Amino acid sequence: MDKNSDYQKDIESIRHMMEKSVKFLSLSGLSGILAGVYALIGAVVAYSIVYFPQTPFDYRNQSVKEITIIIKLLSIALTVLIISILTGYLLAAKKAHKLGVKIWTTTSKRLLVNLLVPLITGGIFILFLLFYGHYGVAAPACLIFYGLSLIQASPNLYDEFRYLGYTEIILGLISAALPGYGLIFWAVGFGVLHIIYGAMMFKKYDR
Amino acid sequence: MKNPFENLDKVMEHRVRLQIISVLVANDSYDFNALKDLLDVTDGNLATHLKALEREKYISISKSFIDRKPNTRYKVTERGRTAFKKHLDAMEELIKQQRK
Repeated sequence: MDKNSDYQKDIESIRHMMEKSVKFLSLSGLSGILAGVYALIGAVVAYSIVYFPQTPFDYRNQSVKEITIIIKLLSIALTVLIISILTGYLLAAKKAHKLGVKIWTTTSKRLLVNLLVPLITGGIFILFLLFYGHYGVAAPACLIFYGLSLIQASPNLYDEFRYLGYTEIILGLISAALPGYGLIFWAVGFGVLHIIYGAMMFKKYDR
Repeated sequence: MKNPFENLDKVMEHRVRLQIISVLVANDSYDFNALKDLLDVTDGNLATHLKALEREKYISISKSFIDRKPNTRYKVTERGRTAFKKHLDAMEELIKQQRK
C-alpha cells in the first residue's frame, strides 16, 4: 500500500512539473481587468476627440480622414497598450514573487516570442492600412491580429487565453463587415472582453 | 498475469530523474540552470541525475556559449520518450492492481 501512494505521488509530481515547465502562471487576472478599464477610458477619449457631439451610432455620417485625428487615435491606442503592458508586467512580477518563481524563465521568453510575432506583424500591417487610407478596417485588424497572437501564445498560458483569442477574432471579423463602427468594436474587444476574462481568471486562479 | 513491476524502469524510479524526463518530454529542450530552478535541487544533485539519464541514452546534450558563458541544453531522446511512457504505463498498472 505504501508503494502505491509512492507511485501516485510520482505521477502527481510529473503532472505538476510538466505544467509548471510549460505554462507561465504568473500572469494576474487583475491586469486583464485593468487593461480593459484603460481601453474603455481610451475609447471614451477617442470618441470625444473624433465624434463628439454625435452619438456613437451615427458613425457613418462622418468618416475619419484628417491625418491629425489619425495620429491622435494612434497615440491613444499606443498609450493604452504601453500602460497595459506595464501593469501586466508589474502585477506578474508581484505574483511570481508570491509564488516563489522567477518571472524571466525559458517559458516566459518562449511565450513572449510567440506573442510578439503575430502582434508586430499586425502592428506593421495596420500602419500600412492607415498609410493608404483604409481607416475602416484598422480596428478590425487590431482585433484579429490580437486574437491570433493570443491563440499562438496560449499553449504557454491558461486555457482561457485561447477562448479570448477566438472571441477577439470573431469580433474582428464582424467588425470588418460593419465598417464605421470600429471604435465600438474596439471598445468591446479590448475593454469589455478583457474585463470579463480578467475577472474570470482572477476568480479562478488568483485567490 | 505478468508482473507489472518488471516494466518499471530502474533508472526512472528516482523522483528527480522522473521529473527531469517529464520536463523534457513537455518541452523541446531545457537548459541546466532553468532545470535547476524548476526542480529546486542543487547543482551537484542535478548533474548526477542528468549523468545517469545520459548514460542510459535517455537524454541528449548540446553545449554552446551564450554571451561567452557556457550553456548546456538537454533534450529527451526517442529512447527516453519510449522508456518514460513505458514507466508511466507500469505505474498506472500497479496502482490499478492494488486498488482491486
